[in-house]
Amino acid sequence: MTEQPHQDIQTMDFETAFTALQENVDQLETEDLPLEKALERFERGQALAKRCAQLLEQAEQKVRTLTMDGPAPLEAEE
Amino acid sequence: MNEHYASFQPQNILSVSQLTGYLRQVLESDEILQDLWVEGEISNFARPSSGHLYFSLKDGDAAIRCVMWRASAARLSFAPRDGLAVQAHGGVSIYEVSGQVQLYVDTLRPAGEGALYQEYLRLKAMLEEEGLFAEERKRAIPARPRVIGIVTSPTGAALQDMLDTLKRRFPVAEVALAPTAVQGIDAPTGIAAALARLNDEVQPDVILVGRGGGSIEDLWAFNEELVVRAVAASAAPVISGVGHETDFTLTDFAADLRAPTPTAAAELATPDKSELLAAVHEQLAAQVSLLKERLSDLRWVLGQRVETLHRLSPAHQIDTYRQRLDEINLRGARAIQILLDKKAMQVSTLQQALRSLNPQAVLQRGYAIVTRTEDGSLVKNANQVAREDLIHIRVSQGELDARITHTNPGEQP
Repeated sequence: MTEQPHQDIQTMDFETAFTALQENVDQLETEDLPLEKALERFERGQALAKRCAQLLEQAEQKVRTLTMDGPAPLEAEE
Repeated sequence: MNEHYASFQPQNILSVSQLTGYLRQVLESDEILQDLWVEGEISNFARPSSGHLYFSLKDGDAAIRCVMWRASAARLSFAPRDGLAVQAHGGVSIYEVSGQVQLYVDTLRPAGEGALYQEYLRLKAMLEEEGLFAEERKRAIPARPRVIGIVTSPTGAALQDMLDTLKRRFPVAEVALAPTAVQGIDAPTGIAAALARLNDEVQPDVILVGRGGGSIEDLWAFNEELVVRAVAASAAPVISGVGHETDFTLTDFAADLRAPTPTAAAELATPDKSELLAAVHEQLAAQVSLLKERLSDLRWVLGQRVETLHRLSPAHQIDTYRQRLDEINLRGARAIQILLDKKAMQVSTLQQALRSLNPQAVLQRGYAIVTRTEDGSLVKNANQVAREDLIHIRVSQGELDARITHTNPGEQP
């Protein structure tokens, strides 16, 4: 497994990973990186894309409910 | 009973409690007084923390105190306020503590045809004037929200619709629900408080405010000034989804984006999962092709360098020398060959000449070699020998020994 250098990605939320992926591609596109750096970027991009897809496909939506002060709603709608 | 009071000396003196109790009995046994509609204008409106409503209904000449218990008040579809013309339904009784005759209201509705609509138009004009609905106030809805706030009834179908939609489209986002009544008298303060709490405690990227379809009265909370102002003041952009496609509430105008339904609001708040996946794969593909391009560029440059290196390499020079050496060797070999050929030709010429000088060849033509037997000397002159001398004759085939019988020396040349 090549995950080791991209540990930080495993804890990223979707927006962070998605934005990072876009920036990564932009850098590959516009910056004249040395090959080694470019390869690093590429691998990082792969890991970011994997993270994004994983989050989209496996995410369980977190729903939290605020407790409201004041009188509780008296009745249900409908 | 009347005869008791006709007397100047009343036999029965009633206590105040007895009087008010009697009045109460009279009032509450009257069918008309227990089921009536009264129209008037609200004044002295009060709503203490008990949740019960206290107000007066008045017209030009008269007023009557009214009470609306909390349970009835909760079903109100609009917020009563002073000056509002209403029709109240209920029964008349007496509040014995103060002897006050009151109307106990169980239903309250705005008076007159289109009263609610008039109120709606008045508020709309006022808030529009204030600029609350101005286009330039509208904020952009973030493309991929991290946290989505929802303000709606915890038990309504709208909540389930919104949650289902969010889960289907963008399960990555966190949802914070601020539950509140969305109809009844508590709804306006509840909705406003829910909005404020979401903004204070959660700071969501977007807030969905909504409820399912209903009558215009059911949706009325979303036309209340308090709610409209809370929506306009929300730190997070608000998407409204109230009722159905055809319902336009003032909340819709104040929201940053209006959705026709709660489900549509959830859709507008989120990107579609499959589109996002496609975008991710697009980015991936872009990466791959960029890297490939880069590699092929590098390969080309590498080829160029290798070629240059090759040109500058001593190996190349060595090859050059080797080639020149080969050339020299070849030319040398060719020169020697020519020399050898020439010598061989000379040798063969000499051999030819030599062959023609061979005495054997002369003998073959019929000549003979004569030597003196005595000393073997060659006889070239007749006077070298005398009569009776022995001579040796060599011819082409064999040898002869002979004796001179006669000599005849010829003329000297």
